[in-house]
Amino acid sequence: MAWTREQMAQRAARELQDGYYVNLGIGLPTLVANYIPQGMDVWLQSENGLLGIGPFPTGASIDADLINAGKQTITTVPGSAFFSSADSFAMIRGGHINLSILGAMQVSEKGDLANWMVPDKMVKGMGGEFKILPQRTPPLTGVGAVDRIITELGVLDVTDGGIKLVELAPDVSLNELRQKTGVPIL
Amino acid sequence: MNKLYASAESALEGIIRDGIDGFGLGQLPTTRQIRKMISSYVGENKEFERQYLAGELELEFTPQGNLAEKLRAGGAGIPAFFTRTGYGTIVAEGKPTQEFDGEWYVMERSLKADVSLVKAWKADTAGNLVYRMTARNFNPMVAAAAPICVAEVEEVVELGELDPDQIHTPGIYVKRLVHNPHPEKRIEQRTVSR
Repeated sequence: MAWTREQMAQRAARELQDGYYVNLGIGLPTLVANYIPQGMDVWLQSENGLLGIGPFPTGASIDADLINAGKQTITTVPGSAFFSSADSFAMIRGGHINLSILGAMQVSEKGDLANWMVPDKMVKGMGGEFKILPQRTPPLTGVGAVDRIITELGVLDVTDGGIKLVELAPDVSLNELRQKTGVPIL
Repeated sequence: MNKLYASAESALEGIIRDGIDGFGLGQLPTTRQIRKMISSYVGENKEFERQYLAGELELEFTPQGNLAEKLRAGGAGIPAFFTRTGYGTIVAEGKPTQEFDGEWYVMERSLKADVSLVKAWKADTAGNLVYRMTARNFNPMVAAAAPICVAEVEEVVELGELDPDQIHTPGIYVKRLVHNPHPEKRIEQRTVSR
């Protein structure tokens, strides 16, 4: 049985390590925040300018000036820091973030990422989530940007030799994954 | 924002991070006062999307981190910079590339504007600005990227009332203040804990 969105988020949370600074993309990746293991010290970065994302607010503590990159209302945690978007992307570009978990429309076998538009159909900008497809056709967002892919069927690594199987979702066969993926899987 | 909406000329070129349909900056496309947009995300603005897909509006898509850095560089007098972001994608088409230390980078031009509009929490009468929480986002770079910066603020205080250690945008960048004590703040995604 393929993983649900929640199970994919749960699986992604297993990539977290103590002390990590982690950027969560818009959409499904924000669910990962719900599955941080108890006692693990993880700082979640919101690229609109916050390190230390807390849980969603209660109705009373909701604040229009405190949102994540997906424009959802959020809270801070003790030790949070606010900064500008230029500082935020400087910390991402500068290599200070340990892990980015992003939604992708398509990922190629070389780890190229496409997640920002489908020509002539919709215009969104970065973000959004779709399943992995064999060949990427929408315009690329990043070349060789992806190291590990988590889909509803399993977990795959992008290696120099091609796409390598890490783990299958329960009751998903390697055959099914191969058929639905369409690129050779090592 | 509503004033600009009434007075802007149709050839306006805008640099906007994004906009909600028919609200704030999101109003500009609906009255066709914009010829070209430089933006990172327009997903929530249906009219924007419609005009672009119909070829009525020129849209320059810029990854959000590049947009922030283009504005920061523009305000800082830096005409261009190199970044890995977008290398090999359509964002980099036609732009010079260069290898540094074994990695390939794209040259991005910086951005400047004639007028910039920002929203801050507090200002003093010298134009020093303090933003509130994640509402800081693009405002400091936008403020510096134009010779005329107009800041809408919720509170204007006397000189000396803001802690100099806590100023986010120094008053040198800010030319006009618009005092709006109760701005409408729309929440686009109301998410709460159970």
